[in-house]
Amino acid sequence: MAKKKTVRTIPQTRTPMPEQEPAMRARNFSEVACGYSVADAMREADRCLECPDEPCVRGCPVGVDIPGFIRRITARDLRGAYDVLTDTNLLPAVCGRVCPQESQCEGVCTVGDTLEPVAIGRLERYVGDAAIREGWANVPDIEATRFRVGIVGSGPAGMACAADMAKAGCEVTVYEAFHEPGGVLRYGIPDFRLPNEVIDAEIANLKKLGVRFECNTLVGRLFTIEQMIDELGFDAVFVGVGAGYPTMLGIPGDSLNGVLSANELLTRCNLMRARDFPAYDTPLPIGKRVAVVGAGNTAMDAMRVSLRLGAEKVCCVYRRSRTEAPARLEELHHAEQEGVEFHWLTNPVAVLDDGDGSVRALRCVRMELGEPDASGRRRPVAVAGSEFDFECDLVVYAIGTNANPIMGQTSGMKLNERGYIATDDELATSLAGVFAGGDIVTGAATVIQAMGAGRRAARSMKRYLGLRDLDDAASGRTLFGIDLAEHGFARVRVA
Amino acid sequence: MPDFEIVRREDFSDTTYLLEVRHPLLARAARPGQFVIVMLHEHGERIPLTIADYDREGGTVTLVIQAVGKTTREMQAACRVGTRLHALVGPMGVPTAIGHAKKVVCVGGGLGVAPIFAQARGHKEAGAHVVAVLGFRTRSLVFWEEKFARTCDELILCTNDGSAGLKGLITDGVHEALARHGDIDELVAIGPPVMMKACAEVTRARGIKTTVSVNPIMVDGTGMCGGCRIKVGDQVKFACVDGPDFDGHLVDFDDLMTRLARYKREEREAEERFSASCRMAKLPDFDMLAAVAAEATARGDPPESLDPFEQTLGG
Repeated sequence: MAKKKTVRTIPQTRTPMPEQEPAMRARNFSEVACGYSVADAMREADRCLECPDEPCVRGCPVGVDIPGFIRRITARDLRGAYDVLTDTNLLPAVCGRVCPQESQCEGVCTVGDTLEPVAIGRLERYVGDAAIREGWANVPDIEATRFRVGIVGSGPAGMACAADMAKAGCEVTVYEAFHEPGGVLRYGIPDFRLPNEVIDAEIANLKKLGVRFECNTLVGRLFTIEQMIDELGFDAVFVGVGAGYPTMLGIPGDSLNGVLSANELLTRCNLMRARDFPAYDTPLPIGKRVAVVGAGNTAMDAMRVSLRLGAEKVCCVYRRSRTEAPARLEELHHAEQEGVEFHWLTNPVAVLDDGDGSVRALRCVRMELGEPDASGRRRPVAVAGSEFDFECDLVVYAIGTNANPIMGQTSGMKLNERGYIATDDELATSLAGVFAGGDIVTGAATVIQAMGAGRRAARSMKRYLGLRDLDDAASGRTLFGIDLAEHGFARVRVA
Repeated sequence: MPDFEIVRREDFSDTTYLLEVRHPLLARAARPGQFVIVMLHEHGERIPLTIADYDREGGTVTLVIQAVGKTTREMQAACRVGTRLHALVGPMGVPTAIGHAKKVVCVGGGLGVAPIFAQARGHKEAGAHVVAVLGFRTRSLVFWEEKFARTCDELILCTNDGSAGLKGLITDGVHEALARHGDIDELVAIGPPVMMKACAEVTRARGIKTTVSVNPIMVDGTGMCGGCRIKVGDQVKFACVDGPDFDGHLVDFDDLMTRLARYKREEREAEERFSASCRMAKLPDFDMLAAVAAEATARGDPPESLDPFEQTLGG
């Protein structure tokens, strides 16, 4: 038995992620972070103290058994690590790449109290990638029920819900309006952050569970949610369509050519492959100078995509300071390294016309931070007389999204005052058998939060259908003092 | 899921063609005023096309397309009966509000003729007296005259050169319709923005409710990208989910036309490259297209615009 690890005995710094050189990668779409080698992973896994109170597990929106999977990496049991991960997280290769770990598991890591926290996300990705490489997939022994479940939207929320319902023995069909499944993972997050092959592999895993994907299907318009229940024979429906109705700034010049939402820029580039124009038909002229408004993950993606599409200069315009920027820290670093120019405390007030209906410049005003606002962040206030023009030919708005109106237009589901779907704590909507989760309930959030919502909705859905929740049972819950798992009740299903 | 097979094709002219595509679910769901998004192949663009007709029993939807850009010309060459589209999604957009008007003028200019049919029939079925005003450049481009004559109460046909029907602009036909009836409740116009703008100007002075169907550049068609935003009064609307029907007296047509020209240069490049590749490849399927392309190149007039509606003169 090895000596007990302490913060003094473990490697003192986190193992750096091998990356493409900034100058080179800023001009290609290959993945920026190349992934840990075996040695890297072993060294980093060794930094986990396996502390008894496991704050990281509580910090994870889906409660991944983090020390459990890291322990198996240390034991060189990658397959075991994959099994532990996929007990709770369907998409380790995706989440390892796109979760904001610094504000979740890594943010509360015990090692992080004294040293840099364990690089949990990188280890998770390491295991996820190994699974894709080796073709591992965990297909549990599924006992079919008579239930049919319809999932609207094939993004992270829908995928997570689909996986859980398929594992519970339901016949699951996922509907997607685009011609390819994956939702925001496909159209939004660029290849250099999340390669298409990773998404394909995760979707293939879902198909192995028996999940069917139907693309080119605009639910609401082709058939309604009510029709899914009443006519198409679905016993339960999950709505995870995302928020996706981009906010425009509402300043003069908004409608000029060359002003577009980050959603449009990213969809053209990622899903429609405008980056390979003219081999692909969708165009995306990027111009020489690009101004991106906003400083969240989507903004970072838009900036880095612009660089790769050949922009000479890309600027970030954000009305608050760097501290308030909502982007994942690593994305912010990467954007800085790649040469994005950041203009903190700068607010756009107008887009200027070149006289021909296109963008000439973005007029901005300097800001300073005042008192904290409702979000707890200091409210930016304009500095009088500080206006200046930033010359550019493309302006990208990455300032968030509103609720997509299609569900509200086409179903009787109750919406809240901002147009998002209203649910109770169990994610049930006002329609019996219909559940909802992800951005269409909460407004724009992260991939892992959407996945968490998909799984929570699946739990409610199983209760609604009268299916014993395997997760609850397997987690060692007791009933009248009897440990269900121990007595073999964990696999009992009430159908 | 349907496989988007093309079951019927009809060529109205050198540039205008009809495709009837099998999609039973879509045929059942479609209502007047709605549109679909089509992808020809894996590398293709997503282009919005208004649904011209649908056959609920036969399970098909009808699209009428004008070959003006790279994609629409490629479709003209490749879409034969028995072939399949890569993607077809819809019906998209808010269906036209039908049932309130007693006397309606339905105006279709050029390619707007096909999409106005679904609306004209809808109004007719709801019990309205329907006057159709159709505008074409010349007689050889006229299509569906019979179909409209059967469906509508009155038909006013105009051509710019007078080779069929009234000689003049489509607005002359609108004036004629308004002269015949003093109690028009609503005018619906579909066509190039300049034509819809002209129609809206005619009715504005008389205070007749005017609905237009806009067709801006789109990507997803589900409200997600905002590329199709237009100015309606003092508001910004997304044509794909808030429209495509809007109050013609409030739409900022100049803004719409500017935005439609956004990818003009890229479109022209793609078009030229496509013509060149057709000449070189000599694929059997592309024979007809190669001939058209060669002819166009010989004349030295690469098509100008991205919007299928744009090419037609009607106003």
